[in-house]
Amino acid sequence: MTSRLRLALHLDWRRSLVSWFTLPVAAIAALLIGAGMLLALGANPLTGYRALLEGAFGSVDSLINTAIKAVPIVLVGVGICIAFRANVLNIGGEGQLVMGGLASTATALALPDLPRPLLVPLVLLAGAVGGAIWGAIAGSLKAYFNVNEILSTIMLNIVAVQIMNYLLSGPLVDKSFSGFSFIPQTKRLSPNADLPVLVGGTHLHAGVIVAVLAAVAAYVLLWRTGFGFRLRAVGLSREASDYAGMPVKRTITLALTLSGAMAGLAGAVLVFGSASHRMVTDGTATGFTGSAGFNGIVAALFGGLNPLWTMVSGFVFAGLLVGGNAMQIAVQVPTALIVALNGLLVVFVVSIEYVRRRSRLHLESPREAAGAGSEAERVGAGPSPSTGRIEE
Amino acid sequence: MGTKLLRRSALLALVAVMAIIAAACGNNGTTSGGGGGSPSAPLKVALVAPSATNDLAFTQSMTDALNALKESENLDIAVSDNLFVVDDAASAIRNYASQGYDLVIAHGSQFGGSVEQIAPDFPDVSFAWGTAGDTFGLTNVYAYQAASDQGGYVQGVLAAGLTKSKVIGVVGPIEVGDAKLYVDGFKAGVEATDPSTSVKVNYTGSFSDVGLAAEAARSFVAAKADVMTGSAQMVVGAVGVAKTNEVAWFGTQANQTSLAPSVVVASQVYHWEVVLKQIIDGIKAGTLGGQTYTIDLENGGEVIEYNSDYNLPAEVKAAGDAAIEGIKSGSIQTGVKE
Amino acid sequence: MRQFFTLAVLTATVASGIRLATPFLLASLGETIGQRSGVLNLGVDGIMLLGAFGAYYTALHAENLWLAVLLGTLVGALMGLITAVVSVTMKAEQGISGIGVFLFGLGLSDLLFQKFVGTPLPIDTLPTARVPLLANIPTIGKMLFQANLMVYVAFLLVPAVAFVLNRTTYGTNIKAVGENPAAADSVGVNVARVRYSTIIIGSSLAGLAGATLAIQLGIFQQNLTQGQGFIAVALVYFGAWRPSGVMAGSLLYGMVAAIVLTWKTLGIIPQSASDLAAMAPAVLTVVALVVVARRFRQPAALAKPYERGG
Repeated sequence: MTSRLRLALHLDWRRSLVSWFTLPVAAIAALLIGAGMLLALGANPLTGYRALLEGAFGSVDSLINTAIKAVPIVLVGVGICIAFRANVLNIGGEGQLVMGGLASTATALALPDLPRPLLVPLVLLAGAVGGAIWGAIAGSLKAYFNVNEILSTIMLNIVAVQIMNYLLSGPLVDKSFSGFSFIPQTKRLSPNADLPVLVGGTHLHAGVIVAVLAAVAAYVLLWRTGFGFRLRAVGLSREASDYAGMPVKRTITLALTLSGAMAGLAGAVLVFGSASHRMVTDGTATGFTGSAGFNGIVAALFGGLNPLWTMVSGFVFAGLLVGGNAMQIAVQVPTALIVALNGLLVVFVVSIEYVRRRSRLHLESPREAAGAGSEAERVGAGPSPSTGRIEE
Repeated sequence: MGTKLLRRSALLALVAVMAIIAAACGNNGTTSGGGGGSPSAPLKVALVAPSATNDLAFTQSMTDALNALKESENLDIAVSDNLFVVDDAASAIRNYASQGYDLVIAHGSQFGGSVEQIAPDFPDVSFAWGTAGDTFGLTNVYAYQAASDQGGYVQGVLAAGLTKSKVIGVVGPIEVGDAKLYVDGFKAGVEATDPSTSVKVNYTGSFSDVGLAAEAARSFVAAKADVMTGSAQMVVGAVGVAKTNEVAWFGTQANQTSLAPSVVVASQVYHWEVVLKQIIDGIKAGTLGGQTYTIDLENGGEVIEYNSDYNLPAEVKAAGDAAIEGIKSGSIQTGVKE
Repeated sequence: MRQFFTLAVLTATVASGIRLATPFLLASLGETIGQRSGVLNLGVDGIMLLGAFGAYYTALHAENLWLAVLLGTLVGALMGLITAVVSVTMKAEQGISGIGVFLFGLGLSDLLFQKFVGTPLPIDTLPTARVPLLANIPTIGKMLFQANLMVYVAFLLVPAVAFVLNRTTYGTNIKAVGENPAAADSVGVNVARVRYSTIIIGSSLAGLAGATLAIQLGIFQQNLTQGQGFIAVALVYFGAWRPSGVMAGSLLYGMVAAIVLTWKTLGIIPQSASDLAAMAPAVLTVVALVVVARRFRQPAALAKPYERGG
């Protein structure tokens, strides 16, 4: 056995160990700082975190709440996987969620009497189409007019919120509400469109199945179809793909469109799986989406841009959010703590990627490090959001 | 892909470990809810609100009411504020209900749809929803609202009496609900006092965007307004502009004198405790819902609280007092009901 | 509509538009510097919020606006240091870490506000600073030279940043690091140090932008910026990574917002259309870019962490 091989074997277990521990270490570091913040606020961290765990995973009810919260995050995350694999950073999730919600709501308002097996898929489809259109706008602006997608998606987010406010206070508002005046919401949408409940007596709805199916479909699309191959190729190297004759512009537009469709689907699930079965606004995007547009991005990256793993990371992230709300109720700290803690967690976990990568590089041979190391690493973690050169 | 698979497994392991810990920590069974507080045990009340408890506006009004009743009614109060994400608020409402709270107050008109769906699942828990007038025909849902047009009318009368430039500015959130009622009442009061006064209204489109409120106020000042008013929690931005430009301010929902003692003339303060007491008494007697309560000038739920430091001319105050009496007796109609 | 075209109203609108543009301009200039060196910072909104809170808190207790501005800037610098560690040393994925910083800034600023302030009391706003001679020019004087000091600072920074980028060695290094960090490294430029400096400067400007927002409005609230930091990032792309372009974008955005506001006040925009009108700045920004449609390149190494030997 050569000495190098022996060295490699010897170091192999240590490398796995470091890799294994980086994620929990980051999480624990963030949670420790969170505990410090809890103490500073006069709350007991142990009670708080126990409430968090119980609220997220501690009972069947908690698990259901977490699963439901995870659905829009996973759906958006799956969409981000698709876009990011094509090297497109889609931060327009919030706007696409809103447009999907509006499209599906309008459909249910227009066709309330369709039988349920028809109406449910129809509203979901409408949601996906609404989001897809919103994504397609950004995509074609990028591909054909050189408008950077970060610019266009941010602007489109703003436009979407205003459209929502306009429609929900005006044309789509529920006029039947008694009392003194209207609320910016639609009327209770047709029961035929309610997402079916999976387990009787709970509020676990079919959105979970939709999310799982979407994730699987995305995985198949990305790794088992020609389109997926082209998409990933464009993401790895736009120039090379162009040189090889691939339709780069169309691929990029489609990537953003599909990503938007996923977010739009999430929007539809938010409306029809919600407790109120209406679409309601308080004037902001976050009031409707709960920041799923951003949380989905985080889940996608924690899932290594793999739709299947995004389901897991989305579930865990949703657990943090649901548990965080339970913690808030238990120890009565401001909800802002949860938001800050989430941000901290994201920063820590993203930072720790470096340690993981370094542990691989340093324990490999110099040749491996120089050649395949960083490129492969970045491929593994997903391409950076270089938005591509625009001089074609 | 080796170490990546390991890392993903680590993620799963983390989840599993957390679940095991959570389960091991034990599941305190939920106590059954409702039944009204017995004389010795406190009544457990939960408040779910869309903005901060100290926003000197919407949510503050309810928080103050709860605190006012805490001792006398023996209340055990829990609060989840800043829940402007409707789904999160719905979760909180459901959580509180399942944890055995006797009364869950959903303080926000946008929460109504959620209450309508959740309340039937917890027939022993009483839900109170505002500001709104619909109990959905459910026996465990109370609704509460404010006839804010009344106080709005009175303050409109006062404002019209005060203004020298004959331009008044109004900053609103979204043109719906309680805010719209207040603004419409205010306009009616100005109109009735001096039709030549111009009232400019700007609905910023958001309950929370303080910047928009401040900018709207600024544009009113540029348009020569010397009196302003506004509704909703973003109004603190407008108050600051009023303060800088020495423009008189009328507040609503809570007493806003402390924000700018030099310019706040008066506030229409919501004393929800007037109806909250009736709701709590109802619960203790076994009625968990089915009624709508309205606060107005007559029952003392709405009070025009003047800023004692503000020099209000006597004849203007007299006009205001006359308006209050007129509305209470019914001789003056604000004319604002839909 | 005729009311709008009076001199008084037009003057006030232009002045208002310039004032509205100022926080965007400051944050956007900062992000431009960072992006020219190859670093994408999506956390600008969160940093602005922390800077705004720092400034508000200082103004509330120390009653000194310049101290407030200073503190806001320092808070920004501190966040810049953290961002730099995460993006440069830890080589984290910049889009995501930026969003993490945003969420952290959003939550922490709100938390500190609720813990240490509670009810939002108004603070003093910036006084008008008249430029000695120029302010007396009829009309133009009122529009341009009677603003608060931060407006002048922001607009003076535009040529200053352009000068640094184009005429100093430091600027050349920044651009080199942003285009081809490996080449820059090979000729002895310390890539990490350059990026650290640009990030810290950029974040300080973001903190300053937040502080400016807070003391222009005279108040603080949860999520004061309402996404303005993201708009500032978007404007960098609009401006093609040039300070002059960024200034044009900020002015466009601010001016349209001011016009919409004035029209609402004057009643030109009816209440029913008010939501649709509110999207005007966003739509017009995109339309403007499409119409101009010039070909521009982004820094080639933007958002790619640099690893020597990689």
